[in-house]
Amino acid sequence: MVTTMLAARVSPGRVGAVLGRNVAALRTGPSYWLVLLSGFFEPVLYLLSIGVGVGALVGGLELPGGGVVDYAVFVAPAMLAVSAMSGALSETTFNFFFKMKYSKTFEAVLATPVRPLEIALGELSWALVRSSLYTGAFLVVMVALGLTSPVGALAAFPAALLVGVAFGGVGMAISTLMRGWQDFDLLTTGQFALFLFSGTFSPVRDYPAVMEAVVAVTPLFHAVELVRGLAVGQPGWGLLGHAAYLVVMAVAGLVFAARRIQRTLCV
Amino acid sequence: MRAEGARAGSGPGGVKPFAELSQASVTVAGVSEQPLIYARGLVKRFGDFTAVDGIDLDVAAGEAFGFLGPNGAGKSSTMRMISCVSMPTSGELRILGMDPVRDGSRIRGRLGVCPQLDNLDPDLSVRENLTTYARYFGLSRAEARRRTEELLDFAQLREKASGAVEPLSGGMKRRLTIARALVNDPDLVLLDEPTTGLDPQARHLLWERLFRLKQRGTTLVLTTHYMDEAEQLCDRLVVMDGGRIVAQGSPRSLIETYSTPEVVELRFPDEADYAGKLEGIGRVDPLPDRILLYAEDGDAAVAEVHRRGLAPSSVLVRRSSLEDVFLQLTGRTLVD
Amino acid sequence: MAHPTVAVLERHLFLYRRLWRASVFSSFVLPVLFLVSIGMGVGGHVGRIGGVDYLAWIVPGVMASTAFQMAIGESTYSVLGDFKWVRGYHAMRATPVEIRDMLAGWLLYILLRVEIAAVVFLGVTGLFGALRSPWAVVTPLVAALVAVAAAAPVTAFAASIEHDSYFALLFRFVMIPSTLFAGVFFPVEQLPAAVRPLAYVSPLWHGVELSRAATLGGAPPWPAAVHVACLVVFAVVGLVWARAAFRTRLQD
Repeated sequence: MVTTMLAARVSPGRVGAVLGRNVAALRTGPSYWLVLLSGFFEPVLYLLSIGVGVGALVGGLELPGGGVVDYAVFVAPAMLAVSAMSGALSETTFNFFFKMKYSKTFEAVLATPVRPLEIALGELSWALVRSSLYTGAFLVVMVALGLTSPVGALAAFPAALLVGVAFGGVGMAISTLMRGWQDFDLLTTGQFALFLFSGTFSPVRDYPAVMEAVVAVTPLFHAVELVRGLAVGQPGWGLLGHAAYLVVMAVAGLVFAARRIQRTLCV
Repeated sequence: MRAEGARAGSGPGGVKPFAELSQASVTVAGVSEQPLIYARGLVKRFGDFTAVDGIDLDVAAGEAFGFLGPNGAGKSSTMRMISCVSMPTSGELRILGMDPVRDGSRIRGRLGVCPQLDNLDPDLSVRENLTTYARYFGLSRAEARRRTEELLDFAQLREKASGAVEPLSGGMKRRLTIARALVNDPDLVLLDEPTTGLDPQARHLLWERLFRLKQRGTTLVLTTHYMDEAEQLCDRLVVMDGGRIVAQGSPRSLIETYSTPEVVELRFPDEADYAGKLEGIGRVDPLPDRILLYAEDGDAAVAEVHRRGLAPSSVLVRRSSLEDVFLQLTGRTLVD
Repeated sequence: MAHPTVAVLERHLFLYRRLWRASVFSSFVLPVLFLVSIGMGVGGHVGRIGGVDYLAWIVPGVMASTAFQMAIGESTYSVLGDFKWVRGYHAMRATPVEIRDMLAGWLLYILLRVEIAAVVFLGVTGLFGALRSPWAVVTPLVAALVAVAAAAPVTAFAASIEHDSYFALLFRFVMIPSTLFAGVFFPVEQLPAAVRPLAYVSPLWHGVELSRAATLGGAPPWPAAVHVACLVVFAVVGLVWARAAFRTRLQD
């Protein structure tokens, strides 16, 4: 059903136009660039502090698939997933909400032949561009520090893109539900809780059983598992399950966001 | 000292707190026998730019005193020195008999300031804005609450008291700012362009409130670049231009001194040099879009214009205003 | 007669009554989540460090860094906003309130906020069994010192700038690196010798070492008086700078 909907309505040119608007907006000034750039550093700093710094205290860690790796090798893929998540989310929540509610960008766009779904797709593509810039750069850092092999990095990159799409889709869906800026505190809280408890800093098997069960349904956990499996070179059929979770997330988020844009702006 | 003013009547009966307020100003004037504002050779420079270029002022208790002038004339810089926020570069300035450099805090404690830009707290309610501000003056909590309730009525904001500031209209915000400036029973109220940016209805409502304050004997000092505002509110005013005082007096006396009782505004269909042809009827002032003709008797002047065979496309005879005074003094209009 | 400083403090508390919900997470929840994830989660894989388990080792660090982050976070947008958008300081300037009252009232407000968070955190970590010395009771004082040492210069910075995009840079390039590399999660001795001095010039490191000495009952790496002196220098320089910045911004 989704595919027919996409095929029937979506024009690549119009999606490209929405994406192009975001690229054009980049020329607004150096401050946006700096914020964009600094967003990349945060996961790197965490990697160096917790992965390398605390890692020196930890020593080796046993992977679920067997074999012992340095703690930094364990943490790095998780930071990659986090980087993909935060890159996509900052674009599709904060900036998306601003465009939808305050600068009335979408209202202006919808006065043209562009459709809500095309807006959603255009915004998502842009989020993906930002997310992939972060993850690409982060993978270079990982290879340079010897935390993954070049092959691992090549395998992890598309996985990180999928993570970006999934969180981008959900981010947009959430933005359409936001009532005001105060709701962003909630979002930040949620994002931070995911960051701390998705098997990022220690394997989920360490968690109490109840918590492990809860974590298993949250999105960043699947993102981390998928990216880590590929980056440490332990691919398995189980990874397909994680990938499927992320695909569902992306599609559901996208369709929901498009509906909400339709409902709130096309009345 | 020019101690005239509309203080004697002391406002409409029944509004007790403001009767008290007027008493306060009388006492101050009575005891000190000196002007509330006294300035000699007052100068304010910002780097190479001289904003205020040696002015003298005396403002007595109970007066409503105005600074009239275009943007950049030095009105706001003068006001900021009077409110003891910015220090004079040179010259002598005494406010309420005190030195702003030494006694800034004490002086500010007895002033009420309504700044040009509203600086209300958007996250506090209307009422909280007043009580919080009252506390800056050292009022007790009970006193702050009492004053707040009175001022809510004065500013006609009782219905909005518990609501946020943001949704208020421009006029309401300005009334709240003025109410806030009154929270400490000030001896001197300073209003910097109180009605700039307001629509005509809101301006008239605000003038009415300020007029009541004036009737209660509150000393008002305001800046404006609106003639009608100055004529409505000021007993006495100075006209400023380029940092200097170019004229002073009551609105009427300024008009008498610098203008004629009546002005004829003439518009002509083409751009020929009509100014020369009008010579001798009265003082002629050609503006880009019209010609002003200053005359003792406007109708007689119009008759003379027609007698000379001139055919203006429109003729308006009106009373002379401060605008004409300003034009005469500076050769420019006030609001471009 | 209320002192003007008290009136300024009251105004900030009034505002806080409106906006407190947003701060609950960063003041109370976040530090505890950090302890659980890093202290207990990662700590399970770390042996003993400095003679204690990892959780007990990072508790004082997380406490100091909470004070540090709260102080910085509070002193950015609200200070700039009170000059630029709200113009609350301009409103105060028209009253008997002096610049020293503005600063004193503001810092008292931050101290109040930090102290509440510090005491709550101390209680929670006490339940975790992470406090090993009666000296732990002085950690709220250390938190207060860290808060002023961080809030004063950041307030001055916020009062000196025109655009809020500088704050993102302050957070990303000063606050977060400090939090991650000033001895909160691992000893600064592990840092390469070349970057170690950067940790020494962060007020947070001095606060972390003082707190850690207090909760674990050992001696800090430098004499305690030196750590305190470093923090005091930050506070005093920050205050002097802030006074100058306020004066420039409010006059002329």
